[in-house]
Amino acid sequence: MSTTAASANGHDGSLVLSARDIHKRFGDVEVLKGIDIDVAKGEVVALIGASGSGKTTFLRCVNMLEEYQAGTIRVGGEPIGYHEEGGRRLRLPEATVVRQRADIGMVFQSFNLFPHLTARANIMLGLTKVRGKSKAEAGAIADRWLERVGLSDRKDHYPYQLSGGQQQRVAIARAVSMDPRLVLFDEVTSALDPELVGEVLTVMQDLAKSGMTMLVVSHEMLFVSSIATRVVFMDGGRIAEQGPPSEILKNPKSERLRSFLGRFHGVLR
Amino acid sequence: MQYFFNWDVVWRATDKLAYGLVLGLGMATFALVVGSVIGLASALVLTSPKLKALHRPVRWYVEIIRNSPLLVLVFFVYFGLPQAGIRGLDNIGSFVLTLTLYAGAYMTEVFRGGLASIPARYIESGMAIGLSGRQCFFFVTLPVMFRIVLPSLTNNLISLFKDTALASAIAVPELTHTARWINVQTFQVVEAWTSVTVLYLVVSYLIAFVLRRVERRYAVIR
Repeated sequence: MSTTAASANGHDGSLVLSARDIHKRFGDVEVLKGIDIDVAKGEVVALIGASGSGKTTFLRCVNMLEEYQAGTIRVGGEPIGYHEEGGRRLRLPEATVVRQRADIGMVFQSFNLFPHLTARANIMLGLTKVRGKSKAEAGAIADRWLERVGLSDRKDHYPYQLSGGQQQRVAIARAVSMDPRLVLFDEVTSALDPELVGEVLTVMQDLAKSGMTMLVVSHEMLFVSSIATRVVFMDGGRIAEQGPPSEILKNPKSERLRSFLGRFHGVLR
Repeated sequence: MQYFFNWDVVWRATDKLAYGLVLGLGMATFALVVGSVIGLASALVLTSPKLKALHRPVRWYVEIIRNSPLLVLVFFVYFGLPQAGIRGLDNIGSFVLTLTLYAGAYMTEVFRGGLASIPARYIESGMAIGLSGRQCFFFVTLPVMFRIVLPSLTNNLISLFKDTALASAIAVPELTHTARWINVQTFQVVEAWTSVTVLYLVVSYLIAFVLRRVERRYAVIR
């Protein structure tokens, strides 16, 4: 079971992300052993699995923060990072990779807001320098997104003046304000105090409802079950099982998934 | 033998003291600014794998300067360079050149440490929003590094200002030289050296006071 026909889930059938046979090695260790995944426009796909299963690594390959040694990742039909030329696999020119990254948003576990810029300026940087928008236009977009994530009153605060949850909401606004085709969420609530998790998940829920295409690595099973259109369980660098959350989370087929989900006993019924 | 205080000798030399003070501050500031450019360039060379061929010469520059007494370097440049056929620098020019190269070597280490201490995740999030390598450098790495090294810049400016006293050894008319001039002209030893000590102290303290406020304004890294 390599792919799921997204159209079956009631989404517009056009593929935003399509990965085929992705292999990734760190030295001698192969951490991705052939990942195939399709994400259609508007889908929210959750990647779950134990740490070390390759979820984050795969996410980082999608926007070329990690190189991968074999396979093809396409976003909007365009191969990311590499292309074939005369039967040889070549890395795309850096300028092309840079342009491709701009269309793929990413939100990190540790927020990674630019520490020297205010919340508003964090959002504006990409809009002005990458999208070439005027300061006024970028400022207006930043203000709109800050309002959407509920931080209008914090726009002139620096990251160190914000709580973790607030920083992460700014980071989400920074990623989505670029109007990406796809947004990658890498365990975005793992570094947060439990009482701050909710505010970030609420923002993500809002984005999911608005039709944003999202690929989400998460350990928040309740959240996954409520917003994901599809859940992908990774195990040992492979996709072990995937399907709608009701199926995957409630009727796991493989023993590995059953034991993995067992750790979240009490969170899921 | 009794010592008679006569502070008049200091007041009469006000213009010379003021000139000496401004000259010292000017030389220190120039050395800090140009030294920072040299230091940043050297640090970038040392952290770039592409410029490996230049690592050794840059390291030699830094090590030679950092392991020699500044006074010796001052004499070396002032007396040595003309002998080697490099002329055209008066004593002030010669001292400023020495102090700038000296500052550059120390700033190399400061900037190298600053660059090394920037977490890679900031660069990554710049890349993730589509900034090019160059843009990441100018809009993320540089401004963050500047804030990290600001306290070191303050300390270096104060050190360099105090180091300008060594220029008196080659007769640059800065503060220390002026004190010596008052001393030999009037034999009022205590007045001469007290006045410049107070001047060095007050000015250094003021620099620190002002720049600590600037640091607080820019201290956004936690």
